[in-house]
Order: sequence, then structure tokens, then C-alpha cells
Amino acid sequence: MPLQQTMRYESERDRAFADWVESITGGENVKGCIQCGLCSATCPLSIYMDYTPRRLVNLARAGFKDEVLSSFTIWLCASCYACRAECPKQIKVTDIMYALKRRAIREGSYPRRFPIPILAKEFSRMIRGFGRTPETFLVADLFLRTNWLRFLDMIGLGLNLLRTGRMSFVPESIQGRDQLRRILDSVDGESAKEERAVKEAA
Amino acid sequence: MNYLYYPGCSLKGTGRAYDESLKAVCRALGITLSEVPDWNCCGATAYMSVEETRAHALAARNLSLADAAAADKGLKRDIIAPCSACYLVLAKTLHALDEQIETRVLVERALKAGGLDMPKAGLQVRHPLDVLVNDVGLAAISAKVKSPLKGLKLAPYYGCQLVRPYAAFDDQAHPVTMDRLMAASGAECVDFPLKTRCCGGSLTGTVPDAGLRLAYIILKEAKKRGAHAVVTVCPLCQFNLDGYQDKIAAEFEEVAMPVLYFTQVLGLALGLSERELGIQRGIVPAEPALAGRR
Repeated sequence: MPLQQTMRYESERDRAFADWVESITGGENVKGCIQCGLCSATCPLSIYMDYTPRRLVNLARAGFKDEVLSSFTIWLCASCYACRAECPKQIKVTDIMYALKRRAIREGSYPRRFPIPILAKEFSRMIRGFGRTPETFLVADLFLRTNWLRFLDMIGLGLNLLRTGRMSFVPESIQGRDQLRRILDSVDGESAKEERAVKEAA
Repeated sequence: MNYLYYPGCSLKGTGRAYDESLKAVCRALGITLSEVPDWNCCGATAYMSVEETRAHALAARNLSLADAAAADKGLKRDIIAPCSACYLVLAKTLHALDEQIETRVLVERALKAGGLDMPKAGLQVRHPLDVLVNDVGLAAISAKVKSPLKGLKLAPYYGCQLVRPYAAFDDQAHPVTMDRLMAASGAECVDFPLKTRCCGGSLTGTVPDAGLRLAYIILKEAKKRGAHAVVTVCPLCQFNLDGYQDKIAAEFEEVAMPVLYFTQVLGLALGLSERELGIQRGIVPAEPALAGRR
């Protein structure tokens, strides 16, 4: 029977990742986490997570980059802020989850065929195009891209929305689309921000 | 009373009944709403998952347009944002512009590239629940109640992002503002411990295994506590709890629980018609629960 390593050596941690975690919005107090587990206890989604929020915070601050970025946990966070409200050390766990989602998208390390990162990217693309989110188009587009069987599954809901006059047929769009693009383009994207941070550190 | 109004994308689509009922209630109470000109999507939870500073710049365009409109028309510098997600995103960006110097500098530069100015200090994002109870006041509202909803039992459901993380006007776990407003409308609120538990957010669509159960937990508890309907403050909560009851019936059990907006209940008490409040837009019909109550 081949032996498997069940714990990590200190040297296997990604120290640069641990430093990055401390530098993100929400990561300021991460070293002060006392691992009390109130975040996991209050999280309505922790029962579905591969690492509970308490474990994820501990892995992230210790530099276990691959485990953290490829976890389902960050994508199951629905941003309800229950953890942040309960945390006795005022750690902004929800903001940490957001930062980890952005990093996972940037590095392409999210779980394959998992619809949420695709939805997030598609959502931002549509905002860039129209300035508003055409909800029903977004949902249809998402399911056609990820799992068209789910699309068929949503037809009942679509008909109900149609019957109650809650379905939109023309995507809403703003007048100042060029202005919005100029605003968004004048901000460095996430990867440019990262490069700058690395350059500054060097 | 004049306020700026930021409806958000949901109120123009699946949450149309919220837009209709809020406007009708405001008309009845003498509140004027001026829609922020050419507002864009707030970005919700999705944009922040992809880009951070850009997400703030996206929200800041709305704040800037609102501030300019307020100065132009001499309005109160309070933006009413009825959707909890919009409410939180706009408030979060206001906080970031105030607290994070780097974000402030980058957003200011971005707005300038679009020919816009930074929103000035004092601009506020408010929820209509806050405005109705704390600006208009329960006494003034009670005085205008024409047809109290006698015997209507409601499960007051606030959801998450209205009270967390900022809790600007109520408690983070046990808010009471809507309970008081519903009492003023003549309805009775059942004791509802799941007031601020997550409805599932976008997970009902993306990860239904997890999301549907979250919505079911809220509905099941409301039924167990004897509520005739759930009353909510957020278009996504309303959509999740109302729109997925077919699937919840297939997966768990049939709950047949109507889900109303607090503005619809208040509007009925003020004597407005079901039609102008968009009651007919409920996928689970609320008419049977409301019949004969006023």
C-alpha cells in the first residue's frame, strides 16, 4: 500500500499567498482569528461546504493556496454577512470570500462547470454592454452555457413569470453606455492590480 | 417630502409589483420619488466577485448621478433603494469611498474619465422601510389607514442584506421595524425566529440542491407558525420564496404560502386597490389569504 502524506510540512505552505490574504480588503484582522467557529455555526450554507468558513479562514491565512482557491466553499457563500455579524474579532469574513472568488477567477482555479463563476463573469459582461442586468436573459444565457437540461427545467418558472407579467422581453439599457465604459476602463482590472502589487513588493 | 429613487434592475423586471406598490404607497402618503437619471445596475454580489475597484466605480456612477440630480432639483440627498442588494452595494461603496483612501482616489479618477464628480459628503442610501417608519412616522401612517387588515397573520421576513453588515436603522439579527409597520396596517406578525436567515440568494438558480432547501426552511417555518403569508422587503427574497414553490413541492412538500412585499400590505391598509399594488403578480396567489380581511 503506497503511503500518503496526511499532514503538511511547514515548508509546503505558500507564504506569498498568506501575505496576500493579509493585504486584501477584509483581511486586516485575519491573524486575530481565534478559531472559535461562530462563523461556521451561523453560516446557513456550511453544511454543504468542503471546508467550513472557520477552516477556510485558517487555511487561507496559513497559505494553503490550492485548497482554498479550488474549494466549493467560496462559491457557496451567498454573502448574507451572518459570519461577519457574529465574529467576536470583527473579521470581515464575507469580504475575504469575495477576494478569494476574484483570485480564483483570475487564476482560473475554480471548480470546472460550476455555474457561479460563469454567472459572475457573464453578469459583469452584460453590465458593461447594457449598463443594466436583463435578469431573464442572464439566466437563460447561463443555463445554455453550463447545462441546457437545467434550462428545460426552468421553463415552468419562465411560464409563471410570463403569466404574472414579470418577464422582460427587451433588455433594459442606459443612455450613458460609453460613459460607463470610460469609467470602468479607467480602473485597472484585477490582474493589472496584482502585477502592480508584485512590482511594488519587489 | 422629496427623495431620490434608485429602483434597481429587479424592480423593472421580476420585482415589478414592488415598484408599483412602493410608488402607490408614496403617492398616498405625499412622498415624491425622483428616479435617479440614467442609473445603472448596482453590480449586486456578482460584480464584486469579479472586480473590486471597478465594482465600486460602477456603484459610484449612480451615487454621482444622484448627487448631481439632488443639487440640480434641490432635493433631499437621500437615495431610496428598495432592493436589499442595491441598498447594500450602494451603502458599501459609500463606506469604501469614506474609509479606503486608495479606492477613493481610483474611483474619483474613474468618474472624472466619465465627466462625473465625486458624490459629496452627506449623501445617504436609505431603505423605504426606514423612511416610512422613521421619517414619515407610524403615527402619521396610522392616521391614514382606512382599511386595517384584520386577522391577517404575517411572517415578517427581512432577509440578510438589509440589516447586515451595517444595521443602519435596526438590529442585525432581530429587526422589528417591519413588525411595527405591519401592526400599524392592522395585521398581526407571528413570532418568526428566521427573520434574517438567508433565502438562498442566487443559489436557488445556480446550486438548487443547497438554495431550494434554504428557501424551503423559511417557508416551512412560516407555515408552522400559522402565517397566512410571508411579508418581505427584498425582490430577490420574494422571487426565491414565491417563484420556486413548484420545485419545493416536488422536492420537499407543498407549502402554498403567498409572499407579499411590505408595501403591498401597507397599500391595502391605506385603501389602495389590489390591482395598483400588483397583488396579481404573485405566482402563489395571495388573493385567498386577503379575501374579507378589510
